[in-house]
Amino acid sequence: MLKERWNDRAGGFHPVSAPDFLPRPQLRELQSRRLQAMVARAWDKVALFRERLEARALTPDDIGGIGDIAALPFTVKADLRDTYPFGLFASPMDEVVRLHASSGTTGKPIVVAYTREDVEVWTEAMARTFAACGLHRGDILQNAFGYGLFTGGMGTHYGAEAIGAAVIPVSGGNTERQIMLMRDFGVTAVCATPSFFVHLVEKAAEMGVDLKSLPLRTGVFGAEPWSDGMRERIEAETGIEAFDIYGLSEITGPGVATECTCHDGLHVFEDHFFPEIIDPATGAALPDGEEGELVLTTLSKRAMPMIRYRTRDITAILTEPCGCGRTMRRIRRISRRSDDMFIIRGVNVFPSQVETALLEVEGTVPHYQIVLTRDHGLDQMTVEVEVTPEVFSDTVRGMEELRARIGRAIEHVLGIRVGLRLVGPHSIPRSEGKARRVIDKRHD
Amino acid sequence: MKISQLSVFLENRPHSLLEPLQALAAAQIDLSGIALADSEQFGILRLVLRDWARARALLQSGGWAVTVTDMVAIQVEDQPGGLVRILEVLAAAGADIEYMYGFFVRRSGRLAMLFRFAAPERAIAALEGAGVTMLGEDALY
Repeated sequence: MLKERWNDRAGGFHPVSAPDFLPRPQLRELQSRRLQAMVARAWDKVALFRERLEARALTPDDIGGIGDIAALPFTVKADLRDTYPFGLFASPMDEVVRLHASSGTTGKPIVVAYTREDVEVWTEAMARTFAACGLHRGDILQNAFGYGLFTGGMGTHYGAEAIGAAVIPVSGGNTERQIMLMRDFGVTAVCATPSFFVHLVEKAAEMGVDLKSLPLRTGVFGAEPWSDGMRERIEAETGIEAFDIYGLSEITGPGVATECTCHDGLHVFEDHFFPEIIDPATGAALPDGEEGELVLTTLSKRAMPMIRYRTRDITAILTEPCGCGRTMRRIRRISRRSDDMFIIRGVNVFPSQVETALLEVEGTVPHYQIVLTRDHGLDQMTVEVEVTPEVFSDTVRGMEELRARIGRAIEHVLGIRVGLRLVGPHSIPRSEGKARRVIDKRHD
Repeated sequence: MKISQLSVFLENRPHSLLEPLQALAAAQIDLSGIALADSEQFGILRLVLRDWARARALLQSGGWAVTVTDMVAIQVEDQPGGLVRILEVLAAAGADIEYMYGFFVRRSGRLAMLFRFAAPERAIAALEGAGVTMLGEDALY
């Protein structure tokens, strides 16, 4: 029993974390061997991949190791849609034990498949994630990630069970019941999207539940970009330690990368998911340290190998060793997706920049949305910010000053002046999953 | 001597004034005084009423941003120069007026002006010194 408590005062680690500390040469050897096997398998089983290699006059024999990875063609999201539903599978259905799919809001859904081994790897990666976040046997984890076609709920569920935590599979939504469970069950850790957790914090205050007085001490947040400012706000208001995790269904789901207690970037579990950074415009590989688009290759996936998958997420690989001793390289916290970007008067704008600006204005909570409209062929951006009782003033001057402060903060971050509208409390719909920050009416 | 005023944030959109007043009406809450400040972007509804604590709880639970502000109610003579006399006292004392509005007190038939001062204590002292009549809650509702 004692041996199964780790990350405790004694500073020990659970055995599940052992691969996190592989010596770099040994890790590289493992990556090379796994990449070769992956390429051979995809060549054998996936027609699209084979065609692309042949078009480049390549065979699996040309890949001598992980150093040759940049010779391989990219995979993009459209490939998954074009081959919908099962075109990229490398395993027959009698070896597949799980199917997940994206919600399909932006077109046809994409489908991902797992063999039993794939589920085991995913579980291991999520267990390593939770271990890095300091969870252990005895923790009570409220899992507010959605269960269902979305990979978030089940991925975290399996991982948390694997480290011996007690999981409450509450899924998203039902805010009041979530707070009741949190209080009555003595929940010690929560998994959620950061925007849903902010919603929970707000609701708890309304219900008169002081989260700081509960045993809750850890929050594991992911599935959407969020800022360090948001983290500070969450930690100050609730007294928890907030961890950022990263993953995507195409690669496995949650469990691709996680923060450790150093909170300085996310360790990629690169024995299973190999990261590269490329120039999103040219596709050229960039050296560690430079910012670009994250590209991931699965090194162990069987049902659906993903080779050089373009994530559209913008980050950089951090090269300095981490204080926790893990040898897995880190990626910088992802605050931007190239898909989320829009251009206003020639300036690239990411929703997360607006959040950063709002968090600089004292007293405002980040309940905001961005409305894009088109006026005489020009794109216009209006930020709608909720007025909370804390910042509301009974004088017009006080409210105009608040508007001016918010306006200046946004202009400072974006470099352009945008529309700003103060709206009533609770008038912006709360997300029970991924927050919908941008309302695009440009094509209405 | 101070009167509690509720201020309610209103978005600049149709029905934004109607909805909070409907909520109060449904709860049988009676208003004594009302004023509206508006800007291009938003409005601030100001309410004076006996049941202000119940009204605040009701509006807050309905999702409105509400604050309570201390106001000073001054009885104004309903004749030429009645308000001027009071403003002169305030000007002499250097009391900053944030905003003001007036209404008739139905019961007594008197005219009350409600002032929001940047520094109420200072204004009250000056008004008391000049013998101006200020109205307490009992005289107002």
